[in-house]
Amino acid sequence: MSKKVIATTSLAGCFGCHMSFLDIDERILDLVELVEFNKSPIDDIKVFTKPVDIGIIEGGCCNSENIEILKSFRENCKVLVSLGECAIMGGLPALRNGIPIEECLAEAYLDGPTVGENKEGILPNDPELPMLLDKVYPCHEIVKIDYFLPGCAPDADLIWNALVALVTGNEMDLPYEVIKFD
Amino acid sequence: MNDTIKFKIDSQEIVAKKGQTIVEAAKDNGVYIPTLCNFEGVKPKGCCRMCTIKVNNRFMTACTTPAAAGMEVENDSAELNDIRKSIIELLFVTGNHFCPSCEKSGNCELQAFGYRYQMMVPRFPYNFPQKGIDASSPKIIKDQNRCIMCKRCIKTIKDEEGRNYFAFQNRGSELAVVLDKKLGKEMTDELAKLAMENCPVGSIIYKEIGFEKPIGTRKYDKQPIGSEIEV
Repeated sequence: MSKKVIATTSLAGCFGCHMSFLDIDERILDLVELVEFNKSPIDDIKVFTKPVDIGIIEGGCCNSENIEILKSFRENCKVLVSLGECAIMGGLPALRNGIPIEECLAEAYLDGPTVGENKEGILPNDPELPMLLDKVYPCHEIVKIDYFLPGCAPDADLIWNALVALVTGNEMDLPYEVIKFD
Repeated sequence: MNDTIKFKIDSQEIVAKKGQTIVEAAKDNGVYIPTLCNFEGVKPKGCCRMCTIKVNNRFMTACTTPAAAGMEVENDSAELNDIRKSIIELLFVTGNHFCPSCEKSGNCELQAFGYRYQMMVPRFPYNFPQKGIDASSPKIIKDQNRCIMCKRCIKTIKDEEGRNYFAFQNRGSELAVVLDKKLGKEMTDELAKLAMENCPVGSIIYKEIGFEKPIGTRKYDKQPIGSEIEV
């Protein structure tokens, strides 16, 4: 049987979900027997080089680059998994969702107590910078997401059980202790 | 005079005292019917609908319906559990329930229901409403982002003269449970702690002490809500 191909990315997230992924500890040796990694920060492959079976998304969408990457994952992956609170509901970055974007930028770059010298009142405007979105969006409000694994960060056992289920095609083992929202 | 009655929940025979509600009778017989707005010692009002059951094939709230002889109650069915799950999902998207930053996490009944019904993601779109936080009381924080309007604080937190510390304000989408400014400033330590305890979510937070119990030792870390009743 050929190995399943996995891709992962961190959008508006803190990489905590990827850290939790590595918390599967020595089971990672079993994992490399089952799967191979394509585009992912884990192996530092930057672009998709082949069709992917399982795409794992950490973080929600806070800017135009997040949207672009998420859409490329949807195009290249058969199955997409939202991993963690940020991908599922925006998470910590979404705490800005009730505040107008002008106020957020003003607080960060003009008026905030930690702002240093910015006499010209410049907001980041380099054309290479991705545009901020009006709010932070859960991934499933941008593209179709097939599975959701909650947690901040999700329990390593939850990630492991889900991956094994997806790779082997068996039903997922979901004991009470592995579903947590914090 | 015989003061017991018999009825059935999911084909199991339940023996109830006359005057008991279905929730109370079920609890005495080791059957769990989930409740959220209901609170022991307070007159039930059936507003959250979590205890929705079917009595003789009609939807009823188990916390307000008195047990009656011979009734056939449906409780733990796929249909009813999905309705309950959808109520929890609606509550999650209506407010701003970001569990990782909430001090009530692990002891929160709303979250515990999310776990019990395996809510991986709400089926409804998130609202992200902009709601305020009242930290004017020296003892508690009232966070409107997390309030689910269950009225448990209104009904249970009173001073010696029976005056309410909490009350409803406004109507419709503006409805909020607010803390009385004057009474809030004079709140005792005991009452503030009780208010946090009686709040099913993290809308009332006791100041100064936070995240007291480590992850893994909190109320719903290991055991699902309702497991203390189920046999």
